[in-house]
Amino acid sequence: MTAKVITVTSGKGGVGKTTTVANIAVALALGGKKVVCIDGDIGLRNLDVVMGLENRIVYDIVDIVEGRCRTRQAMIRDKRLPELFLIPAAQTRDKNAVSPSDMVRLCDELRPEMDWILIDSPAGIERGFRNSIAAADKILIVTNPEMSAVRDADRVIGLLEAEEKNSPSLIINRLNPNLVKRGDMLSVDDVYDLLRIEVIGIVPEDENVIVASNKGAPLSMEAKARAGQAFRNIARRLNGEEVPFLDLDSHSLWDRIGKFGWRK
Amino acid sequence: MTDSTLIQIKGMRDGLLVSLGDAGWPVVQQALIERIEQQPAFFQGARLALDVGNQALKSSELSSLRDKLSEYGIMLWAILSVSPVTENTAQILGLATRVAKSRPAEARTIKKSDEESALWVNKTVRSGTRIEHDGHIVVLGDVNPGAEIIAEGSIIVWGRIRGVVHAGAKGNQNAVVCALDLSPTQLRIAEQIAVSPERRGKSTPEVVRIKDGQLQAESWIQG
Repeated sequence: MTAKVITVTSGKGGVGKTTTVANIAVALALGGKKVVCIDGDIGLRNLDVVMGLENRIVYDIVDIVEGRCRTRQAMIRDKRLPELFLIPAAQTRDKNAVSPSDMVRLCDELRPEMDWILIDSPAGIERGFRNSIAAADKILIVTNPEMSAVRDADRVIGLLEAEEKNSPSLIINRLNPNLVKRGDMLSVDDVYDLLRIEVIGIVPEDENVIVASNKGAPLSMEAKARAGQAFRNIARRLNGEEVPFLDLDSHSLWDRIGKFGWRK
Repeated sequence: MTDSTLIQIKGMRDGLLVSLGDAGWPVVQQALIERIEQQPAFFQGARLALDVGNQALKSSELSSLRDKLSEYGIMLWAILSVSPVTENTAQILGLATRVAKSRPAEARTIKKSDEESALWVNKTVRSGTRIEHDGHIVVLGDVNPGAEIIAEGSIIVWGRIRGVVHAGAKGNQNAVVCALDLSPTQLRIAEQIAVSPERRGKSTPEVVRIKDGQLQAESWIQG
């Protein structure tokens, strides 16, 4: 096995990087792959909370880098999915505790044992961002259909081009088809028109995402949720499958059932 | 070869200016790192401007040096070079290419301001990128919002302008800006400034120039 390293980043904060990492990791692990997530947001860790593993942290990434534990000891195994691991960030240190070459070393150590390594980048374009992309084979940029998030995504794409990384792929998160139809939200085409990179996922806005994050059980574990379905599709595309994008218009079966049944 | 000839360090108002001598890039880079390791305390927390002379550097080389320096607590903020390749690379990486203190006289004579030369940019210029040139600038791609193109001559964009462009930046009244789709955040020629009006309908290629002391846009399609 030689794992592929995927870094999820965005420039802007709060667009759903951590949620994306947790959901794609769960979806990949559900498909029988060995997956480890690394929280790159040292000092503001969140991934452990979203994955529901917070109370099991003993060692973290800074302990690995500074040699206080072996890599294995800091890897928390998910109870629901035994092939899913998390290396948490340190909460009491800052980004400078880890360097880009530390990240490359850590990933190289993990590669032989894993199928996928997912790195959750912090917001911003400083040290934490550079740590997170140092080892990446593939970079996913998360953006929301709003001008400020798209602008920051554009900046990050420019920086990645300058670092001569492979062309990143785009996830458009929290798309609300009704707002787009009314002309009150940027459409997928509007976002693509500016950024011009491959779109690998379109995730509809779904309040269940927040509920699931608070419970520490990523939504892609639930078969029915639409956003969960969108994340599972991203995981399948990463595995090389051709998966059509979800039909987010109300003509879909799901919405027709909704209209007939319980949703007014 | 001793590193004292390869590495020269000067203090200046906003940090340290390190001039690298003439040798292969791996050699001077190694010499620089060795010098830093001799006096880590001196360099810790420093802001560094690096004069690389006429080395033509790729962005992977510059960014790996920047990462290496950051491990010693040194912030690389500027790259000075007489090589246009290196200057361009530095600008793409968001590093300054000019410092307040004037550069050595001999370097200045090598690079003459040339109104007739053009900088060829074969990609979309994204947010946060600033491209400056003392001749004309030709972009094959878009200029996205948040990007800046500053030329002493004219600016031609085979694509869409949505960022800030400034032609004739040193006062050249004859400079023009043209693009296939002109919707800049702000457009300047010499001292004139304009913002683009709300666009209705399909865009056409346009040329903007100064006429009667004002910026005027004309369609580029003949007849």
